Amino acid sequence: MLRTRVIPALLLRNESLVKTRRFGRFTYVGDPCNTVRIFNELEVDELCFLDIMASRAGTRPAFELLADIADECFMPLAYGGGVRSAEDAERIFKIGFEKVAVSSAILEKPELVTQLAESFGSQAVIASIDVKRGVTRRPTVRGSGGRRRTGRDPVEWAKEVEDRGAGEILLTAIDREGTWTGFDLELVSSVAGAVSVPVIAHGGAASLADIQSVVRKAGASAVALGSMVVFQKKDMGVLVNFPAPAELEMTLG
Amino acid sequence: MITIVDYGMGNLGSIRNMLRRIGVDAIISGDPLAIADAEKLILPGVGAFDKAMARLSDCGLRGVLDRKALTDKVPILGICLGMQLLTRSSEEGVLPGLGWIEAATVRFPRGNGIKVPHMGWNAVTAVTESPLVADAPDGSRFYFVHSYYVLADDRRHAILNASHGVTFDAGIQADNIMGVQFHPEKSHRFGKHLLGNFASL
Repeated sequence: MLRTRVIPALLLRNESLVKTRRFGRFTYVGDPCNTVRIFNELEVDELCFLDIMASRAGTRPAFELLADIADECFMPLAYGGGVRSAEDAERIFKIGFEKVAVSSAILEKPELVTQLAESFGSQAVIASIDVKRGVTRRPTVRGSGGRRRTGRDPVEWAKEVEDRGAGEILLTAIDREGTWTGFDLELVSSVAGAVSVPVIAHGGAASLADIQSVVRKAGASAVALGSMVVFQKKDMGVLVNFPAPAELEMTLG
Repeated sequence: MITIVDYGMGNLGSIRNMLRRIGVDAIISGDPLAIADAEKLILPGVGAFDKAMARLSDCGLRGVLDRKALTDKVPILGICLGMQLLTRSSEEGVLPGLGWIEAATVRFPRGNGIKVPHMGWNAVTAVTESPLVADAPDGSRFYFVHSYYVLADDRRHAILNASHGVTFDAGIQADNIMGVQFHPEKSHRFGKHLLGNFASL
């Protein structure tokens, strides 16, 4: 049987690793390559790197850094941030990443999903959907690192990107990101119930119990962890860590 | 020295990278002359079956690969789509496969709540002894990404099984021809062990 994938989601900002809170205030975590070496030793299932400045600042992915990361990694790798064309994606695949995550670019140009899926296969294309709840608590999709409002409904958008060929959906609850308050189960459940591709739940994880409930109750196929794997505890210092395989098996088995 | 066949389909750098990490020399080449001289070959592959078969022909590699596999009988390891190409046909396409091993590639059945592609880490079971999987570490698990799977006609050619709704052949071998459905280059020490075994054949 397939193991539920538990994926550290690591945020790059000007080639350093950081961790944000609600896509805003950030803490410096460390050097990406050193951190990756630790995750490699911990035998994590998969790693996902998200450059939080590339879309916002309109810069290119940091290809050289990504190549250094790929040299250290013996697990599947995903990259998102500033991927705007099939050429960008191809360069990332050649470096040794298996998947690209696209978010802002596909909001402007949804046909990019199809183009990527046809060129590289759906399994290589993650549609990354950042969602924020408004004052009425209605969730809507945001672009450009949370800054741009689109008014789109996350469930409808998830269905559209699936139809267009996305192989996975990385669903991030901006209001929960970096807050240690648990996943947005209602959001994850609404999206996971509407699509048949795997949904990776991201934003809010604080404990193994949170992981268990988002998988069992909300139907997430995988989870992405941020704060939990780079900090000791809430409001404490940096400590790169990952739940032990036996603990995960107890939680998810 | 292992030669990784470059025909424009797949993640070759990762394979070389893992081989380098375990101290095995490898080159990436799509040159028929270099492949003609190879001691061992890895046939990688990510993408669609027909496109891959067409690329092998377009790159002028079909003849030299057939000779290496069937006449010189050098060890050849197909990875992921590269394993499926070893079979005679695939339900994904209409072109014939390399047909070096009596096996067919078929589509995962849809429905019954099984997600396709089969993507993620899964356990494998050894079903026939093979030097490729000898002395595998306890709890071996591998990273898979595929929507089609291989079934060998002769069960003695199946060396590893895995399950995802159905039980399929995750590893096959007929003499010098070997294939694995998963990505050893992305499977931590479990993959290193397997590639190390292949390198020492």
